[in-house]
Amino acid sequence: MAEVLVYVDHVDGAVRKPTLELLTLARRLGEPVAVALGNGAADTAATLAEHGAVKVLTHDASEYADYLVVPKVDALQAAHEAVSPAAVLVPSSAEGKEIAARLALRIGSGIITDAVDLEAGAEGPVATQSVFAASFTTKSRVVKGTPVITVKPNSAAVEAAPAAGAVEALAVTFSDKATGTKVTGRTPRESTGRPELTEAAIVVSGGRGVNGAENFAIIEALADQLGAAVGASRAAVDAGWYPHTNQVGQTGKSVSPQLYIANGISGAIQHRAGMQTSKTIVAVNKDAEAPIFELVDYGVVGDLFDVVPQLTEEIKTRKG
Amino acid sequence: MSLRIVVTVKYVPDATGDRHFADDLTVDRDDVDGLLSELDEYAVEQALQIAEDADDAEVTVLTVGPEDAKDALRKALSMGADKAVHVEDDDLHGTDAIGTSLVLAKAIEKAGFDLVVSGMASTDGTMGVVPALVAERLGVPQVTLLSEVSVEDGTVKGRRDGDAASEQLEAQLPALVSVTDQSGEARYPSFKGIMAAKKKPVESWDLSDLDIEAEEVGLDGAFTKVETADARPARTAGTIVKDEGEGGKQLAEFLAGQKFI
Ligand SMILES: Cc1cc2nc3c(=O)[nH]c(=O)nc-3n(C[C@H](O)[C@H](O)[C@H](O)COP(=O)(O)OP(=O)(O)OC[C@H]3O[C@@H](n4cnc5c(N)ncnc54)[C@H](O)[C@@H]3O)c2cc1C
Ligand SMILES: Nc1ncnc2c1ncn2[C@@H]1O[C@H](COP(=O)(O)O)[C@@H](O)[C@H]1O
Repeated sequence: MAEVLVYVDHVDGAVRKPTLELLTLARRLGEPVAVALGNGAADTAATLAEHGAVKVLTHDASEYADYLVVPKVDALQAAHEAVSPAAVLVPSSAEGKEIAARLALRIGSGIITDAVDLEAGAEGPVATQSVFAASFTTKSRVVKGTPVITVKPNSAAVEAAPAAGAVEALAVTFSDKATGTKVTGRTPRESTGRPELTEAAIVVSGGRGVNGAENFAIIEALADQLGAAVGASRAAVDAGWYPHTNQVGQTGKSVSPQLYIANGISGAIQHRAGMQTSKTIVAVNKDAEAPIFELVDYGVVGDLFDVVPQLTEEIKTRKG
Repeated sequence: MSLRIVVTVKYVPDATGDRHFADDLTVDRDDVDGLLSELDEYAVEQALQIAEDADDAEVTVLTVGPEDAKDALRKALSMGADKAVHVEDDDLHGTDAIGTSLVLAKAIEKAGFDLVVSGMASTDGTMGVVPALVAERLGVPQVTLLSEVSVEDGTVKGRRDGDAASEQLEAQLPALVSVTDQSGEARYPSFKGIMAAKKKPVESWDLSDLDIEAEEVGLDGAFTKVETADARPARTAGTIVKDEGEGGKQLAEFLAGQKFI
């Protein structure tokens, strides 16, 4: 059976959920061979094996942390040479897309980014994408070389599928371009203890209607009752009320949770681009004409300062 | 010595308009109003600021696109860029990211450069991969997705706010940078700028000027193929209630019914 390379996104050996989703998709195309790089690479093996990786190729070197993108491209290219896979799958993070693109160019292949589904086809994998702010759904194929495809978080269910997960050291020789862009400083983002925005099953967002950084406590309180991540519109981010890392939309994160709750957000096309594929959409907005109501499964026309705290209280009561 | 900056800008269909596909499943660029991609305005802005901080610099804006893409170049010129290059050729219709990066890289080399400045993503394709591809082709460092950028003594420095961390980056020129919409508001063209732009040079190059064969680009040269494109079915109309004191409770009831609580 053909092998499929899966690039592993992990933090010091802890595998992030989108990679496990990729393994589910990879199994539709062939046998997943995972590639884990950098600090803790070998520690990923047990989790990856549990989710279907037949092999885990690992390599650690300081270059992965000290220089941007290119060392990882060199390694993925080495893995591609070693395995001759039927496809290469990479999580659709900003960095993942850059790695995938450069790999595709080097191996003479086409690239598809931000797939939301993948299926095996007679002529190779078929990728589903959601385009033009999710107003169209396309199906595409790579028609030259080994398909390189990046896949968005929440595109498949994580499924356990125990496999060998044999760890093998990957031999990597860095190119002379590998050290071109030096990382001279790194400030890790502080953890909020809340789920990762792109991975969360529920996202509670606030927009200009929240009207102040201090009022975001209302949004956070609801999020915490639901075990949700907190999102924000660009208007709220630009006003300095919430960090840019929480922005949902075209120039922020693209989310596709089971439930999205928009509070005080009008629903501009650039915001929709990042949330329109959510399974269930709920909005609270005092303007009945707000475009967000065109998208909702349930909408409350009202003041979020009344509705949201009441909702939070009611959930607390129901939970007992 | 003069700092030669090339800014890559894309002409895109207006996102607030009715964007759709043409019969051959390429993005329809004829029947839809277009404009300079808003995300590339940030690239033009940062390029102009870098040029203003340098002793001597020249900013060239470059686009690959149809006839109307000249509008995007005019806008960038009226913001303050010095000159423009328009790569236009009938054989370019349907070119994908890999092909676009080839055309851009050849044009950038022909124009001559110390620094390339790109946007974070185009607002139509939203792939965000062309800058990395162009850097790979040019063989220069990629310093991408910066929310802050500066150039000093032949070194470009910047800050990249990633998911896990905020990173300080550094590379020697020649290099390619891309900037995000967090890098700072783009300036509005002044009346003087608009008038001056009319006299600024716009060069037109075709594929033969760049030694590119027709087969390498266009729909036939593409590495990917769109097989189907379907309008997303409209969401079924939801329930909308007006809050009359119980809105939060009603919403809780809905969420409970959907098993979220
Ligand atoms: C290139 C580009 C990229 C962009 N990228 C993004 C992006 O990634 N993400 C994004 O979000 N935007 C993005 N935008 C901006 C987008 O166009 C909108 O400006 C933005 O989404 C508006 O945010 P908002 O809905 O919070 O604010 P507004 O549009 O001002 O809406 C606020 C809403 O709150 C309601 N409201 C006010 N007070 C209350 C109250 N007390 N109770 C209930 N409701 C209340 C109002 O009725 C209104 O509907 C982008 C724009 C451009 C040009
Ligand atoms: N046809 C084009 N002409 C000029 N620049 C482009 C073109 N396509 C992409 N770019 C540049 O590459 C960036 C990212 O585009 P993309 O990878 O398509 O999302 C844009 O912000 C532009 O700076």
